[in-house]
Amino acid sequence: MPAALFWIFACVMLIFGVMVIINRNPVSSALSLVVSFLGLAALYISLDAFFLGVIQILVYAGAVMVLFLFIIMLLDLKAERRRDFNLVTLFGGIVVVVLFVKVLFDVCYGFQHGNAVFPALQPNPHGDTWLVGMELFEQYKLPLQVVGVLVLVASVGVVLLSKREVK
Amino acid sequence: MADILIALVLALVKGVGLVFLIILPMVSYTVYAERRVSAMIQDRVGPNRVGPMGLIQPIADAVKLLLKEDFTPAAVNKFYYWLAPACAMAPALMALAVIPFGSYWFGQPMVVANVDVGVLWVFAVSSLGVYGIVLAGWSSNSKYPFLGGIRSSSQMISYELSLGLSVIPIFLICGTLNLPAIVGYQIEHGWLISPIWIKGISFTGIDFGQIAASVFSVQALFKFLLWIPLFISFVVFTISMFAETNRLPFDLPEAETELVGGYHTEYSSMKFALFFLGEYAAMISGCAVIVTLFFGAWHIPFLPTDPRQLPLVWSIILGFLHITVFFIKVAVLLFFFIWVRWTLPRFRYDQLMRLGWYFFFEIALANILLVALILAFYPSPQVSQPSTKASKPAFLTNPIQLGYRAPKVVRNAG
Repeated sequence: MPAALFWIFACVMLIFGVMVIINRNPVSSALSLVVSFLGLAALYISLDAFFLGVIQILVYAGAVMVLFLFIIMLLDLKAERRRDFNLVTLFGGIVVVVLFVKVLFDVCYGFQHGNAVFPALQPNPHGDTWLVGMELFEQYKLPLQVVGVLVLVASVGVVLLSKREVK
Repeated sequence: MADILIALVLALVKGVGLVFLIILPMVSYTVYAERRVSAMIQDRVGPNRVGPMGLIQPIADAVKLLLKEDFTPAAVNKFYYWLAPACAMAPALMALAVIPFGSYWFGQPMVVANVDVGVLWVFAVSSLGVYGIVLAGWSSNSKYPFLGGIRSSSQMISYELSLGLSVIPIFLICGTLNLPAIVGYQIEHGWLISPIWIKGISFTGIDFGQIAASVFSVQALFKFLLWIPLFISFVVFTISMFAETNRLPFDLPEAETELVGGYHTEYSSMKFALFFLGEYAAMISGCAVIVTLFFGAWHIPFLPTDPRQLPLVWSIILGFLHITVFFIKVAVLLFFFIWVRWTLPRFRYDQLMRLGWYFFFEIALANILLVALILAFYPSPQVSQPSTKASKPAFLTNPIQLGYRAPKVVRNAG
C-alpha cells in the first residue's frame, strides 16, 4: 500500500515537474510546480515526516507560489513563443544533457553507501515536529540565529529598495 | 492489509459522513441564516415563503442553481475557468479532516485524521484556497474579476502571517500541535479563552477543598496571567480569520460597489454556487478551528469527558451530545460572523493592509514573547521528573514539559 502511494506521488511529482518546463503558458508552469510540490509533500508524509510535508505545502505551495503567480499575473506575461532552432543551440543542449546524465550516473553508482538497506526508523512518540525543533534548537542554535539575522538583513534591504525616494 | 483497509473505510465513513451529513447542510443553512439574520438586522422579513419560516429555501436555491444555464463566456481560458471553482471548494473541506468534532462515538474517536501536525495542516490546506480565487480572476479574462483575484491573493498572504503567529502562544502552553491533544489540555486546564479552570465542580457534587486549592495557588496566579496573552491571540486570530475567509469588513476581493461581483463576476449557475459554498465552507472550517483552539471543542463543562467509560447507551448519548455541542459552538460563532458582516462597513484596501502588517503582525510577535516569558517563570511541580515515557497524556498534565524541560532529556540520552 505505501509502495503504491510512493509510485503514484513520485509519478505526479515528475510528470508535473516536466510540465513546468514544457508548458508555454507561464501560469500553467507555475501551477504545475504547485502540483509537483504537493506530490513532494505527499512523499514526505509517506515517510512519516509530517512536519516537513505540511511546511512544504504551507511555505512553497501556499505562499511562495502564490507570490509567483501574483507577479506573473501583474506583469501580464503572455505565452512564450516557440523559438527557432539552430544547430549550435541544439548541439549545446545535447552536450549539457549528456554531461548531466553522466554526472547523475556517476553519483548514483559511485555512492556505495546508497546500496545498503537502512533499518526502518523507530517511530518517535513525540512526533517529528518535536524532533525537528529539538534538532534545530539543540544542535544548530548558532547557525539558526545566523540565518535569522541574514533573513532580517534581506528583508531590511527589500524595504529600503521598495521605498520611494523622499524629496 | 486488513488493518489498513479497516482504517481506510473508517476514515472514509467519518469523512464522508462529516462532509455530507453535517458540513454541506450546515453550509446551505448558513446561507439561509445569513439572509434571515441580515433581514432581522435591517428590519426586513427575509426569505419566508418556501416551507415553514422559509426553512426549505436552501433546497429551492440549490435546485435553481443546478437547473440554471451554465454559461461560459467566449474569451475565458476554459481549463482554468473550470478548475477554479473546484480549487475554491476542496481546501475548505479538506481542512476539516484534522478537527476533533466529537469525543468518542460507538468507541470511535470523532476525528477523521488524528495527525501530530494538526493545526499546521489546517493552515497549509486553507492557504491553497487562494488558488481558486486567483485562477478564477485570471482565467475570466476580464478586469473586475482580475482585480478581485489580485486583491484576494495579497490579502490572504498578508493575513496568513498573523493567523499563524497568533496561535503560537497556544502551542507554547500546550506543548503540542495535535488538535485532540490541545482539546485534552483544555479539558484539564480550562478552555483557552479563559484558562482559569476551577476544579472540584462536577455533576456528582462540589468539592470546596479542591476549589480553594485550584483558585488560591501559584499556578492559578500564572493562569490568570496567561489569560491576557491568550485573549489577545483569540482576538487577532478571529479577526485574521475574517480576512482569510474574505468576510466583511474585509471582503475587498468581492466588493460589490467597486468590482461588480469580484472574482466570480463571470461565473454563473453551479460554478458560481461552488464559489459561494466554498466561501461558507471556509467560514465553517475557520469557526471550527476557533472553537477547537479556544472554546474547548466538544467539551461540555461538568459532564464526563470520556464516553468509553460509561455504559453503552449513555456512552452513545454522551458521544452524540459532544458532537452536537461542537456544532452548536460553531453555529454561535457563525452567527457572530454574520452579525459582524451586517454591522460594520467595509475597510479600504490600504487600511486593510496597514492593519495586517503594522498592527496584527507586531501584536502577535509581542504576544509570543509575553507567553514565553510567563512560561519561563511558570512554577511546575513536575519539573524534576524527566519525560522518558513521553506519552501524550504526560505533556497534557504538565504544559511545559515539552517546551521547557525536554531539552535536558535529550542531552542525557545523547
